[in-house]
Amino acid sequence: MPIYKVVKNAEEACRDIQSEMTLLLGGFGLCGIPENCIQELVKKGITNLTCVSNNAGVDDFGLGLLLQQKQVKKMISSYVGENAEFERQMLSGELEVELIPQGTLATRCMASGYGMPVIYTPAGVGTEVAVGKEVRNFNGKDYLMEYAFDADFAIVKAWKGDTKGNLIFRATSRNFNPLMAMAGKITIAEVEELVQPGELDPDMIHLPGIYVHRIFQGVNYEKRIEQKTVRSRN
Amino acid sequence: MALDKIGIAKRIAQEVKDGMYVNLGIGIPTLVANYLPQGIEVELQSENGLLGMGPFPFDGEEDADLINAGKQTITTLPGSVFFDSAMSFGMIRAQKVDLTILGAMEVSENGDIANWKVPGKMVKGMGGAMDLVASAKNIIVAMQHCDKAGNSKLLPSCTLPLTGVACVKKIVSDLGVFDVHEGTFVLLETAPGVSVEEVIAKTAGKLIISDKVKEMSL
Repeated sequence: MPIYKVVKNAEEACRDIQSEMTLLLGGFGLCGIPENCIQELVKKGITNLTCVSNNAGVDDFGLGLLLQQKQVKKMISSYVGENAEFERQMLSGELEVELIPQGTLATRCMASGYGMPVIYTPAGVGTEVAVGKEVRNFNGKDYLMEYAFDADFAIVKAWKGDTKGNLIFRATSRNFNPLMAMAGKITIAEVEELVQPGELDPDMIHLPGIYVHRIFQGVNYEKRIEQKTVRSRN
Repeated sequence: MALDKIGIAKRIAQEVKDGMYVNLGIGIPTLVANYLPQGIEVELQSENGLLGMGPFPFDGEEDADLINAGKQTITTLPGSVFFDSAMSFGMIRAQKVDLTILGAMEVSENGDIANWKVPGKMVKGMGGAMDLVASAKNIIVAMQHCDKAGNSKLLPSCTLPLTGVACVKKIVSDLGVFDVHEGTFVLLETAPGVSVEEVIAKTAGKLIISDKVKEMSL
């Protein structure tokens, strides 16, 4: 019997995600976020989650929905400026926040997926990010030792996927998704279009299905634009 | 007259050379793209995973999957390429990006920069700034010379939480162009109509005046 990865929907995909778990969530701003799974986590009402995601959505969309419902105990992110409720919960102490450099966040996910326990990066040397961390000097430059993430689930969004879990991403909605997909103990992928094996060109696949445990075709993507910015035609 | 944001962007744009790969931070640095010298080819890197960032789209042509590091909708250009966030910061860390331009709240005379946090008031996060300043070969800072109360932001040492240590090499403020070199700011150019005396009065950190000091040409 082949390994069967296809699930019906976000409810089935997220069935065993529980309170207290650590989740990696793909996306940059609202771009490439796993909308269906986020809605499902809100619906499940699970609490005390540790969420690793570059941003925290906006007040009423993306991870902001989980924050609104006070389901998150700790956020690990690089930038949370778009979400006023987040900033409020953080400044008041209701929400534990670890702000880490964006490159460190990405590369710690990569380390997990590449089977490396630590990475060395110069980002944050000499700043409060370095507090409590081991510093090593290589070729005259200081680097911080940072650990690979250890997460229960990775929840990612892709443009197309096949039933073997192979994924293709689109434009800048790729961002953290392939890295987090590699790093989850269990990886859930929601895709805009689920196809049969053979429909994706092996040369064009961005993320091999070996990293993906559950995949489903999502529905009703809003794909909200955070800052529509246009230029005039003259 | 002190420069406005566009003036600062115009002056910084003069530093961008043909063939450079450039990362532009949010705020004033993004304006630099509008004033690049004629006839040169520059590749703009957007740290969320794009090389070859194009202009903003026309109204109605925006694409939710295509944004820049400031979350604005953008377009691509012929030769553009997408990649993931680890590769994005990998190329930054490995110094493939030639020039980083970003804003600052404070810079110190030995080149420390603070631009991500005002404790208790503004804690939005550092985003990619720490990676950029720790890795970049060339960093140009765009900033206001003084805060709203008139206090200098070019300081002996930063009072705000640091983004990076001993990394800033060049500053363009609304008052002039400065090198940061061996523990001192060096005034290279004054903004049009701004006197050397005014710059001295408004710079709290160590400042020497280049013997080649001149007025900016914009």
